Amino acid sequence: MLELRGISFDVVDKDGVKKSIVKNVDLTVGDGRFVVVTGPNGGGKSTLAKLIAGIETPTAGSILMDGVDVTAKSITERARMGLGFAFQQPVRFKGIRVLDLLRIAAGRELSLTHACDYLSQVGLCAKNYIKREVNASLSGGELKRIEIATVLARKPRIAIFDEPEAGIDLWSFNNLITIFASMREAIKDSSIVVISHQERILNIADEIAVMKQGSIEKLGPRREIFPLLTSLDEAQASCEKVKTL
Amino acid sequence: MNQLDAITKQLFTKVADITELPEGAYNLRSNGQLCGRVSTENISITTKVDRSGIDIAIKPGTKGETVHIPVVVTASGHKETVYNDFYVGDGADVDIVAGCGIHNCGGQDSEHDGIHRFHVGKNAKVRYAEKHYGEGDGMGKRILNPQTEVVMDEDSLMEMEMTQIKGVDSTERVTLAKLGKGAKLLVRERLMTHGEQWATSVYKVELAGEGSSADVVSRSVARDNSYQKFDACIEGSAPCHGHTECDSIIMEHGRIEAVPSLTANHVDAELMHEAAIGKIAGEQLIKLMTLGLTEHEAEEQIINGFLK
Ligand SMILES: Nc1ncnc2c1ncn2[C@@H]1O[C@H](COP(=O)(O)OP(=O)(O)OP(=O)(O)O)[C@@H](O)[C@H]1O
Ligand SMILES: [Mg+2]
Repeated sequence: MLELRGISFDVVDKDGVKKSIVKNVDLTVGDGRFVVVTGPNGGGKSTLAKLIAGIETPTAGSILMDGVDVTAKSITERARMGLGFAFQQPVRFKGIRVLDLLRIAAGRELSLTHACDYLSQVGLCAKNYIKREVNASLSGGELKRIEIATVLARKPRIAIFDEPEAGIDLWSFNNLITIFASMREAIKDSSIVVISHQERILNIADEIAVMKQGSIEKLGPRREIFPLLTSLDEAQASCEKVKTL
Repeated sequence: MNQLDAITKQLFTKVADITELPEGAYNLRSNGQLCGRVSTENISITTKVDRSGIDIAIKPGTKGETVHIPVVVTASGHKETVYNDFYVGDGADVDIVAGCGIHNCGGQDSEHDGIHRFHVGKNAKVRYAEKHYGEGDGMGKRILNPQTEVVMDEDSLMEMEMTQIKGVDSTERVTLAKLGKGAKLLVRERLMTHGEQWATSVYKVELAGEGSSADVVSRSVARDNSYQKFDACIEGSAPCHGHTECDSIIMEHGRIEAVPSLTANHVDAELMHEAAIGKIAGEQLIKLMTLGLTEHEAEEQIINGFLK
């Protein structure tokens, strides 16, 4: 279970002006729950994910994993407690191969066969990729899938995927949905948070959170929130903005 | 190998990957003494008469054979300059493994200066690997100054892999090459310095023949207070392709200077250089930390990969 209590994140820009990027966010992702966070670009979703992973430190509030306060714990400690995080923009490494990264992720001697299984799950033909370096020669979509595979290899109790569908073609999109489904089955009581703009991912959520300008504006079961997302005033609001520019 | 002491054996393993006597031709040298030599039908190794060193002659057309010529220095204060000449016959295709390991636990400096000259015949292919390694806790320095000169005939190929990962206090490496028509040179250098070490590596590659090409790539890491200088100069005097790349990571108080230079004497000479120096990218560390590594473990993984 993941709990966020009153999480805020402020930064001070170079002119000394304070900017609130995440504002007093409360969010609970229960065991076995699948929550999708959505909302406009720049709304603070990735920042929230980084706060959960320990990459950024909140200016207020606390984060709990399975009831344990981890607010002061490092990235490494949270990872070892079972948190997994797939980045929106995965990094590349010179000289580190896909196999090496999967082995690091697994935290144990991962056999070649098992490593290949993770790649197959994300729709990559294992034999073509396993020995390749995670460097600039990989395409954006390939890199994104490898990023997801590293999180699968960790078998996290709490997993966060930041826009996993971005850059991934249609065929593997179906796979992606299967992956989340099988993760829910395989890792008992795991909590999954997916940041996404995709209707088909929103469609499989237990709960949806809409984040705007740093705040969670709407939160509830999919049945309640989903219809509101496509409603007229949402669409109009953004058109209005363009007019007033 | 049995009559050798444990340290000497271990150094041979470090620099030439051998635990037993190698197959093919070899020449093992320890503290200036010959401790094993074998010539084969196609590869002859002979002691020079005018100065210290050996001549290695490889018959034209020799295929798939290897030559090992590792050197170790375990006596503190031992200093030597050795001249090794390789004559690679036309059409030969061989692997050459050189390398030097120094163990110095005494108070005096130990030094090996190896001057290797290659005459690579027409259509010949050479893969040359050279590893440097130092160890021992004495105050005496471990010094290696290798000089490699390569003259390449028409359509020959030479791949050089030079590695120095640990324990050498100071190095001045000079690599000179002159390429004939259609010849191709590939250099992969891997270097890591730590403590107070310093290393310089100078390349002068002349692309003299039409259609010749060179690719000189160095990856290095400078840790602690160490210093490195990479100075690669490619000169194109014919229609040719030349590329140099220096990609470096600095840590702690390490310092690196990269001075690539290009000279084009012909309108169809295509030359390019790239150099990048910086610390380990923070995002790379963070990604590995989210996979459960500590910051220190993450650094080691990134560096090991980078220098692989
Ligand atoms: N350290 C920081 N300093 C200053 N501004 C920041 C910092 N981190 C994030 N921001 C800003 O906060 C806002 C929220 O960014 P964030 O990446 O969290 O948005 P997002 O909801 O993930 O958007 P997208 O849907 O485009 O991925 C952006 O305007 C971003 O520029
Ligand atoms: Mg984002």
